[in-house]
Amino acid sequence: MRYAVRIDVTHLPGVLDPQGATVERALPALGYANVSEVSIAKTIRLVIDAASEAAARTQVDEMCRRILANPVIERYTVDVDEVVPT
Amino acid sequence: MTARVGIVVFPGTNCELDVQWAVESLGGHAELLWHGERTVRDVDAVVVPGGFAHGDYLRTGAIARFSPVMDAVTAHAAVGGPVVGICNGFQVLTEAGLLPGALQKNTGLTFVCDTVALEVVSTRSVLTNRAERGAVLRIPINHFEGNYVCDAETLARLRADDRIVVRYVANPNGSLDDIAGISNEAGNVVGLMPHPERASDPLLGSADGVVLLESLLAAAAAKV
Repeated sequence: MRYAVRIDVTHLPGVLDPQGATVERALPALGYANVSEVSIAKTIRLVIDAASEAAARTQVDEMCRRILANPVIERYTVDVDEVVPT
Repeated sequence: MTARVGIVVFPGTNCELDVQWAVESLGGHAELLWHGERTVRDVDAVVVPGGFAHGDYLRTGAIARFSPVMDAVTAHAAVGGPVVGICNGFQVLTEAGLLPGALQKNTGLTFVCDTVALEVVSTRSVLTNRAERGAVLRIPINHFEGNYVCDAETLARLRADDRIVVRYVANPNGSLDDIAGISNEAGNVVGLMPHPERASDPLLGSADGVVLLESLLAAAAAKV
């Protein structure tokens, strides 16, 4: 089976996010004074061939822990969708 | 016998020749180790120098840790061989799990390029065995991600086990507990953000890095 995977890697609370902070400061200058908690993170998309969705998730989780995210400063969420051949 | 220092070169490393020059100016032998090699040859000490290994893609140091040479560096460290990561090299060593914690972006959101005062906190490490505890050294820093962070338990362990090697006198980047450099438990693996090789001759504005590099050469020679 083939699965489309979307991984969102975000900062752990307390870890500095210069891009988010800069954008948060810029928005009020454009009149959007009611915006807070801006954070800019990474999205990784990939396609994986695996026997099942569970197998795909297990492998993606392992890849996240080994390289795609750094647990000291980041956390991640994973979405998996089966790719249906057209 | 002359101490042999291997300097790891990844695509994007840019401080290897500075380290080589500094080591050789102090009487050591220095050779470059390409990241694709699976060996550190017969060197006595390894330096992972500064730069932007693999373009700092994904995270600083994240891709470099999977280069073939890093298995050999890890094996060298495991048997007590001296390993020093400078700047980007520090980031590589934390990603490789040879040192705890991580380097996050500087507070103030700025790249910092300056010569700063460092206090020698521990003289137990391969980089400070010739230095005096409490000595203040002027060494350049040059980084965007130099803000050391780790969990409370790790910090307590670093303090209790005398593993904080150097601290900033005036914190330039928000680093936890003013940490500029740490070591592993045995003291043979050290990572630091400042560049001792750029303070290795009075002509460079400071020769305060010499005592650090001489410590490394002494540790390397002891291993010969």
